[in-house]
Amino acid sequence: MKVKVISRSTDEFTRERSQDLQRVFRNFDPTLRSQEKAVEYVRALNAAKLDKIFARPFVGAMDGHRDSIKCMAKNPNYLKAIFSGSDDGDIRLWDMASRRTVCQFPGHQGAVQGLTVSTDGSILVSCGSDCTVRLWNVSDANLADSDNLSDNSAKPQAVYVWKNAFRAVDHQWDGDLFATAGAQVDIWNHNRSQPVNTFDWGSDTTISIRFNPGEPNILATSANDRSITLYDLRMSSPARKVIMRTKTNSIAWNPMEPMNFTAANEDCNCYSYDARKLEEAKCVHKDHVSAVMDIDFSPTGREFVTGSYDRTVRIFQYNGGHSREIYHTKRMQRVFCVKYSCDASYVISGSDDTNLRLWKAKASEQLGVVLPRERKKHEYLEAVKNRYKHLPEVKRIVRHRHLPKPVYKAANLRRTMIEAERRKEQRRKAHSAPGSIVTEPVRKRRIIKEVE
Amino acid sequence: MGAKKENSDDEMDEKVKKYLRGEAANLEGLKDKKLKGQLAVREDLYGKSAKTAAKIEKWLLPSEGGYLEAEGIEKTWRIKQESIAREVDILSSRNQYDIVLPELGPYSLDFTSNGRYMAAAGRKGHLAIVDMKTLNLIKGIQVRETVRDVAYLHNELFFAAAQKKYPYIYNRDGTELHCLKEHGAVLRLQFLKNHFLLASINKFGQLRYQDVTMGEMIGNFRTGLGRTDVMQVNPYNGVVALGHSSGTVTMWKPTSAVPLVKMLSHPGPVSSLAFHPNGHVMATSGRENKIKIWDLRKFEVIQTLPCHAKTLNFSQKGLLAAGTGSFIQILADFSGSQNYSSYMTHSMAKGYQVGKVLFRPYEDVLGIGHSMGWSNILIPGSGEPNFDSWVANPFETSKQRREKEVHSLLDKLPPETIMLDPTKVGTVRAPQKKEKPTKKEMEAEMEAAIETAKDTDFKKKTKGRNKPSKRATKRREMISRAKRPFLEQRTQEHEMSRKKQKTNPETEMPKSLQRFVRQKAT
Repeated sequence: MKVKVISRSTDEFTRERSQDLQRVFRNFDPTLRSQEKAVEYVRALNAAKLDKIFARPFVGAMDGHRDSIKCMAKNPNYLKAIFSGSDDGDIRLWDMASRRTVCQFPGHQGAVQGLTVSTDGSILVSCGSDCTVRLWNVSDANLADSDNLSDNSAKPQAVYVWKNAFRAVDHQWDGDLFATAGAQVDIWNHNRSQPVNTFDWGSDTTISIRFNPGEPNILATSANDRSITLYDLRMSSPARKVIMRTKTNSIAWNPMEPMNFTAANEDCNCYSYDARKLEEAKCVHKDHVSAVMDIDFSPTGREFVTGSYDRTVRIFQYNGGHSREIYHTKRMQRVFCVKYSCDASYVISGSDDTNLRLWKAKASEQLGVVLPRERKKHEYLEAVKNRYKHLPEVKRIVRHRHLPKPVYKAANLRRTMIEAERRKEQRRKAHSAPGSIVTEPVRKRRIIKEVE
Repeated sequence: MGAKKENSDDEMDEKVKKYLRGEAANLEGLKDKKLKGQLAVREDLYGKSAKTAAKIEKWLLPSEGGYLEAEGIEKTWRIKQESIAREVDILSSRNQYDIVLPELGPYSLDFTSNGRYMAAAGRKGHLAIVDMKTLNLIKGIQVRETVRDVAYLHNELFFAAAQKKYPYIYNRDGTELHCLKEHGAVLRLQFLKNHFLLASINKFGQLRYQDVTMGEMIGNFRTGLGRTDVMQVNPYNGVVALGHSSGTVTMWKPTSAVPLVKMLSHPGPVSSLAFHPNGHVMATSGRENKIKIWDLRKFEVIQTLPCHAKTLNFSQKGLLAAGTGSFIQILADFSGSQNYSSYMTHSMAKGYQVGKVLFRPYEDVLGIGHSMGWSNILIPGSGEPNFDSWVANPFETSKQRREKEVHSLLDKLPPETIMLDPTKVGTVRAPQKKEKPTKKEMEAEMEAAIETAKDTDFKKKTKGRNKPSKRATKRREMISRAKRPFLEQRTQEHEMSRKKQKTNPETEMPKSLQRFVRQKAT
């Protein structure tokens, strides 16, 4: 007869020395484990609760400005730094790790309306309501030198004066042109004291401007006549224009999908468009209760952060209709500018109360070096929570956010009003000939027309 | 070469099927394109992970299972334990032994889930903890009372003994930790691992569930079917099955006082019960010398075997041990289609009465508790050769045991998750279609609404505003308001039925009258 019995020798299954790691053997057979789904559900519930326990998104506030902060710029070559400009003409360079001012750039007489950094990180361009554009030298060597200066201030490399006040500025991604927005759109070169080119379509001031990250000659602007216009630098005339019902305060291009951009609108929504097809919005992001003032995409292209007049900062998914996260503090007043840090871990907001605030992008993330086993565990908990997040118990915990009372009440009021509109529309439809009243989807409803 | 490859492909397909854990979801009916895309990606991932798991099973597992093959004309059921012990290596032959303790009564056994420790309880009050690796007696105590059953809790540190009046919980060192007074005189104890519940059935046929982490009594039910000492837990779904003297097998969960299932299995009393580790197969035996193998998905008998069994137990690999008198028979299904036939037999010395048979997890060993002590015999092919360190580790250190305890407490399932089909957790209940009330019901509802409207009391108005005519009009108005929704519904239904009727007449009219049929306005 042939016989074999299971016999395990202890040496094969235990470690040799106490300095070795313990040996782990795996067998993935489902019959060895019972009630897998229930165990996963309990783990998802615990993961949701732990997430909420560890959610501490506020990192710190950067104090120093003496007036409300209107604009910010990030240096693409230097992760720790951020520039901010305020209403009294004060531009500062902050070090986010220590949350202190590294350098100040005095010079503007009025409010600083726009800040931008060139792609190689050497020049900071600022424009203000005193009709000037100033260029500052901010290459790394220069900043290191400036630490030695006693008053921590720098002199501008160039000052260009022009005809009217400026509202916004943006630098081209791969060239040395920058564009300013004001009464008209001007294209400047670093070395010329006058704009190289001017675009003027429509009679109203342009309030924001953004160059496309993928196609360096395309830029999007938004104007006071409720329009969003796309320009191409190679053609001497503007390309396309879409007019909406309300004004767009800011635009951001998706860095991973450069044909899409999202517009932060005055009617509390953000609209994502495909630049090739402007007749219909791709997605409407609804959650704010007051005008959305600024918007910035994460470098992953999967999320964007918005700051609004209702004193909150929200983070949305690029294709999601509702926000994933909301940040608010009693001390933070109207948020005028937001930026997503270049490593996609932090969000910076600048607001009316003269402070810049640093928040974590993922509220319960563990900062610092995360060991591989810890990281795997976090990923597992995230995955198991996402698998069961539609079930009532888990959903209740995952969705729960504390809202400040004014925001909560305003949201309820908006909801009742929208519900009332919808009900009336439904009743009108029900009592009229079928097909006579057509409801447009929200994506189209807010657009008045598209113009070539 | 081609045929070989096909065979191995079939094998891999079967393995992949096992790891897929059921059918893929039907995504055709989904209208939401975004959700459909996300779910399609998920299903793809599941397929890939199942294939990888099947490959790991084929190539990367460290140990091979045991086997016993007869050569020539000899049959496997004639092979004796002594001949097996001669052929096998020294370490395994040490696993085969008899411990004779004649004065201390029939013994009951329990193993920890990793098969490392065994608790033995003799009827006359002897409790012994044995380390099976080193065959060391860790602790032996004499409680000087009848002990009817013993069960390990979540690890080797705690075990429960069903003594004469109440069950007690002991530490590994023999210290008495708790006396569970509410349970009464318990006949059988079972521990549900995932839920940390201790289930007991006592002399009066009362089933109790107690949570051993907090000491809370979760359920206390009167079975109503009398005294029974046949109780087993189905490891697949955590359901407790009792076998009664009327021949019924009932299945219970801690959140309902009524059994989930009541099945009539034998014409006489049920003498023992056992569950296959996959949870779909159950074996019961009755006094009429028959063992029935049941499929629990359809609650049908798959096979009836003519064999007397006082005690039954399934091994991890699906071998069934049946013990009666001093004779033990091991049945196995070789084809995988639940067709059990005799695999091995073992007769002990005459006069030994088998009390309980229990397979040792992760080893090819069968533990037998009998009236003269306990024995271990070798059954090749019964244990799972490859263990998973995160599930049960026979080579656990104390640090690993502590970590595992904490993790299993964090993953403790609430008692509501015990159900006949454990895969229902996390699924969505289908929306129930509301049945339309019949005409009579609607009329009754309308009458009830009118009655309540008539009964309302009006505010007594003064200063000449309380005229009887005004009161009468107000009452009439209230009654018509109560009637309105029903009348609206009735008119709606009439219209619907009228519209449906309208479409038919063209077909009903004879051909010569077709030109008089009312044309629909274009």
